[in-house]
Amino acid sequence: MLITITMTGNAEQDARDLGYLLHKNPYRAQQFAMTFGKAYVFYPTVERETTTAALLLDINPIDLARGKKGSSDGGLFDYVNDRPYVNSSFMSTAIAKVFGTALNGKCAKNQQLADTKLPLEVFVSMLNCGGEKQFVRDVFEPLGYQTKIQTTLLDEEFSEWGESPYIDLTLKGCVRLSELLNHLYVLLPVFDQQKHYYTAEDEIEKLVKHGEFWLKDHPEKNRIIRRYFHQCKSYANEAIKRISVDSETEQNDLSDEFVSKEKSQSKIPLNKRRLEAVKNAVLECGAKRVADLGCGDGKLTALLMKEPSVSKIAASDVSVMMLERAKQRIHYDKLPDYQKQKITFFQSSLIYRDDRFSDYDAICVIEVIEHIDSNRTAAFERVIFEYAKPRNVILTTPNREYNVRYGLDSGETEHLRHSDHRFEWNREQFQNWCSRVCQQFSYSVDFREIGDTDKELGAPTQMAVFTKCE
Amino acid sequence: MTIQIPEFALVAMVGVSSAGKSAFAQKHFLSTEILSSDFFRGMVCDDEEDQTVSKQAFDLLYDAADKRLENRKTTVIDATNLKKEARKRILATAVKHNVHTAAIVLDLPLKTALQRNEGRTDRHCPDNVIKRQHADLKRSIRQLKREGFRFVYILSSEDEINSVSIERTKLWNNQKEEHGPFDIIGDIHGCGRELVCLLEQLGYSKNNGIYMHPNGRKAVFLGDLCDRGNQNAEVLRIVMSMVKSGNAYAVPGNHDVKLLKYLNGKNVQHTHGLDKTIAELEKESDKFREEVRRFIDGLVSHYVFDSGSLVVAHAGIKEEYIGRGSGRIRTFCLYGDITGEKDEYDLPVRLNWAADYRGKSTIVYGHTPQKEVAVLNNTYCIDTGCVYGNKLTAMRFPEKEFVSVEAFEKYEEAPRPLGRNDSDDKDMLRISDVQGKMFLQTKWMPSVVVREDHSAAALEVMSRFSADPHWLIYLPPTMSPCATSSLDDYLEYPIEAFDYYRKNGVRKVICEKKHMGSRAVIILCRTAETAQKRFGVFDGSRGMIYTRTGRQFFGNGTYETDLLDRLESVLTESGFWEDFQTDWVCLDTELMPWSEKAKDLLKKQYAPVGRAGKNSLGNAVKMLEQCCMHENRTFDVSDITSGQNISPEVLLKRYREKQNAIDSYIRAYREYCSKVESVDDFRIAPFHLLAVEGRVFDDITNRQHMEILKQYCTGTDDIWIATDYTEVDLYDEESIRKATDWWLNLTENGGEGMVVKPEYFAVRHNAGIIQPAVKCRGAEYLRIIYGPEYRSPEHIRRLKKRSLSKKRSLALREFALGMESLKRFVEKEPLYKVHECVFGVLAFESEPVDPRL
Repeated sequence: MLITITMTGNAEQDARDLGYLLHKNPYRAQQFAMTFGKAYVFYPTVERETTTAALLLDINPIDLARGKKGSSDGGLFDYVNDRPYVNSSFMSTAIAKVFGTALNGKCAKNQQLADTKLPLEVFVSMLNCGGEKQFVRDVFEPLGYQTKIQTTLLDEEFSEWGESPYIDLTLKGCVRLSELLNHLYVLLPVFDQQKHYYTAEDEIEKLVKHGEFWLKDHPEKNRIIRRYFHQCKSYANEAIKRISVDSETEQNDLSDEFVSKEKSQSKIPLNKRRLEAVKNAVLECGAKRVADLGCGDGKLTALLMKEPSVSKIAASDVSVMMLERAKQRIHYDKLPDYQKQKITFFQSSLIYRDDRFSDYDAICVIEVIEHIDSNRTAAFERVIFEYAKPRNVILTTPNREYNVRYGLDSGETEHLRHSDHRFEWNREQFQNWCSRVCQQFSYSVDFREIGDTDKELGAPTQMAVFTKCE
Repeated sequence: MTIQIPEFALVAMVGVSSAGKSAFAQKHFLSTEILSSDFFRGMVCDDEEDQTVSKQAFDLLYDAADKRLENRKTTVIDATNLKKEARKRILATAVKHNVHTAAIVLDLPLKTALQRNEGRTDRHCPDNVIKRQHADLKRSIRQLKREGFRFVYILSSEDEINSVSIERTKLWNNQKEEHGPFDIIGDIHGCGRELVCLLEQLGYSKNNGIYMHPNGRKAVFLGDLCDRGNQNAEVLRIVMSMVKSGNAYAVPGNHDVKLLKYLNGKNVQHTHGLDKTIAELEKESDKFREEVRRFIDGLVSHYVFDSGSLVVAHAGIKEEYIGRGSGRIRTFCLYGDITGEKDEYDLPVRLNWAADYRGKSTIVYGHTPQKEVAVLNNTYCIDTGCVYGNKLTAMRFPEKEFVSVEAFEKYEEAPRPLGRNDSDDKDMLRISDVQGKMFLQTKWMPSVVVREDHSAAALEVMSRFSADPHWLIYLPPTMSPCATSSLDDYLEYPIEAFDYYRKNGVRKVICEKKHMGSRAVIILCRTAETAQKRFGVFDGSRGMIYTRTGRQFFGNGTYETDLLDRLESVLTESGFWEDFQTDWVCLDTELMPWSEKAKDLLKKQYAPVGRAGKNSLGNAVKMLEQCCMHENRTFDVSDITSGQNISPEVLLKRYREKQNAIDSYIRAYREYCSKVESVDDFRIAPFHLLAVEGRVFDDITNRQHMEILKQYCTGTDDIWIATDYTEVDLYDEESIRKATDWWLNLTENGGEGMVVKPEYFAVRHNAGIIQPAVKCRGAEYLRIIYGPEYRSPEHIRRLKKRSLSKKRSLALREFALGMESLKRFVEKEPLYKVHECVFGVLAFESEPVDPRL
């Protein structure tokens, strides 16, 4: 909610000219009405040698929680929220409104000064960088700034809670003021990953406008753009395309949490290899009717849709939101009738017995079981193997032993691959579980490994293909 | 003339056009019972006579018939039904729904039919059509019985048609008017001595050679009276005399039916103990054998008693078969649901129909010998294998008590061991128990509706985060705050809480200190064995502590077991188990410190807001102070203006206020944080004794709750603490003033506030129930709810506009469901019945999602 811009003067240059450049009188505090409240501009220091302008926001917390006065929409935020106190996209909005002229590089009184690189310093109070200090440097230093980062504890009375995600950031550099403002305009929202009011398509226009001269050669370009759009892939890809018209850059897919860290010889991400392996297992089983239970956003479903030998697919998940995403992935609403009839989406839970599961040759439960509390896996087993009892069950789960390769402890500490994993099995645990299930429900099992196999540790993903005993 | 059709039947009208079928149907049946082909023709194309849409019309007609028959409603097919194909569909529908069929034929002479057709004004058929139909009719009459119509009535003159009356007869299995009470006795298999012993234990005595109960109780025999034991004839004699004299009912078992076949002279294998019965019967007179033959022949596959609350059948019965009759149902009642496969003991593999049972009636059956009575989803298997040396069991109904007599000897080796009841782990919840719109009947609110979008959301929460449903016998309701205060500076103040209860007819309330912790429901069993038997939890645990959304309170680690162990010692020492005659308890408590459960929230939301606010406001104030210090020198920038002027002093003041607010906010949340290094650092304040075996405590005062808990839980172990409270007479100003001061004192010293409850735990007023509690929270505490700056006049004015009606209505529905789930658990209702209520509470607490895909 607060930034200050300081200009240092010298023999030729009066620092107070910052007032001209910003188009704001250094001797008067002013206020501006904003949609979220107010913005104030004032100058804590006005000296020939050094002049500091402050842009301070006054964000109405009740509007955030309840929606604007008089509007029928509810707010998007909790009453207890850091929005009024941090630097976020609200600051970008304020820069554009309050310092619009300067942002565009115009200065009626002294255009030459606006076009000159000047010794400027920016102080950004409370930027939520989520602890990624290196990323902050990676973003600003290539633009010619010296960075100074100051961190703080969450609460000094409870030092065991660790550091806060916020930093006070000081940037020092010799840049044109408009450049500086454009950098801030684009980059402040990149750090703050809290939800936005909306990410509209005209955001692409804004990003292109404010970033076109400097973003295309930035080494962190893709990451900056993706985060600017809060991982909304289609907007990000569109923006990357438009900004990189000249320079050729490939678009990396956003994929598994750890895939990017994996130093795999083959460049195919683990998730893709896993899906491929599952699909092949389905085909080997000769399954015509396949249920993808815990389908998530439908990657496997989409893959199975392309297989001519699979005539009926059920995609089911406990989360309605995920099912919506899965439907979007295969463009369900636009599918021709033939394909539409092939697939059914429904919400279900793997710990409630469900007659709708009984109609399939094969059931795939891919990276699902590790999301179920261990005291409820017994229910899961019965739902799948006792009641649904398809001819084949294809099940994958992480191999915990391999976690060392990701820099995660495989010891007693709870360093699992995903925060929602309730457990991860090593190979022995997994195989024991499978054998027990086979015995109890009369199935046989065949184990496969997915991903680059390590001699000692095995593969990152383990797969079991169960077959019902006749 | 009177014709009889069963109270539940599928009736076919048969006759040529213009014979008067519709008029006849309308005279004798409800208009909703009649499905007329003409009507459905009209429905699909606006023209009742358009024969080209017949197929569509009949499809729709049979859809309607299916729905009616599913609901066990008599249905009349009003069409000509002259063709065999048309009637085939009727008969197939009847088979599908296990309903008896009747055909009512209007067999007018051709001449009369032609005359009637002539005289018709609404429509007219060509004469040759009538003639052709008449020929079909004649053919049909001869075939109806053979085709399978159970009752066929032919009315062959206009007089007969006009004068006939229809009587609806009760189905044989319908004994709803018999209210017992009952003593239901499992498979006897010729164990005559045990039977006599059991009857005597049940209070029956011999009167003129017939066993009867002095209070008119009725015995119900579940079949398999004979074979394997050594007093088969004697058992038959006892049972037959009791049934004949109206002191008992009996349903047939598979062994009885086999005996009947033998008595009918059919060739049957003398195996499975039949040889013993035959040997005994051969010594009896022909007359006795004939009596036995007639007795078994007259037995009805199952009975529905006591307005439908009790159903008995030898091998059990599926919900959709109850109160219907067909060969298929009879077979089911005799043999159960068999797959046709054989198990390792060469016995038929049975499907567990009881696991699927979701009906309201209690079903009592036998057939499958068990070590102990097997209870599942309101079904009771009471065959406890007496003939195999175990025991003979009777179930009292409606008491649901069991009386057993140990076997005097082992008459035969059991073909497979009477092991643990396999029903113990068969109580699998089904998705249909909780998906879609739910209608729940509760004690405290007649009907609670859970919308589909809420249940869809709750399914995810329940599946991903909740504890094992076996432990979840209760979820607490949300609590509404008191109405918004009329005082400028307060959002909540005690006056409004008192006003609410006074307006709702309450004289006395209790104010309980609101602890600064997290809601925790505690279930504790004395032993792991109780957990198995009573809760169906087999992992060796003996209790659980869970949050108000059903999540296990503690993850890994030993805190949960430690706390449960310590509670167990406390309750044992105080004599709780004996005084309440229970071996489990359910408590509603507040667990401190809050930071233990809310660590994540504190670290991700509360502390960061404090940190960001403190630093940035500190910087803002510093900058403004600097700005205020420098004098206003002129500088040639006068034309640079775009905003409104504002004095930096005004701004400074404003930001200093914000700074104070954030400091108060940080102080407020810090009150809730303390370090937990061992189990001794926890404090738990129980405030409701919710339930123990046989009892839900919704009928005592809140003060009694407080006192019982204080007496039994506190004083011996520092973890368990009592709650401060004060009582208020709502018609005494002084009492109100004192309570208000009590609250002010509490909240000004960092306390969260208080909960105001009516004198009695649950209170009805006018048409409904009133809030079981309202909270009145302290002004400083509310900063961590409404944000650090909420008390500034510009904000509090807006916040005062809040509507409580939604929250209040929610609180009542959740309360009703919570108490209902406890009631059902205490009354030993099946898991799914308890679960649906708990699920309902969770659904109300979930953000709705659109379930349409």
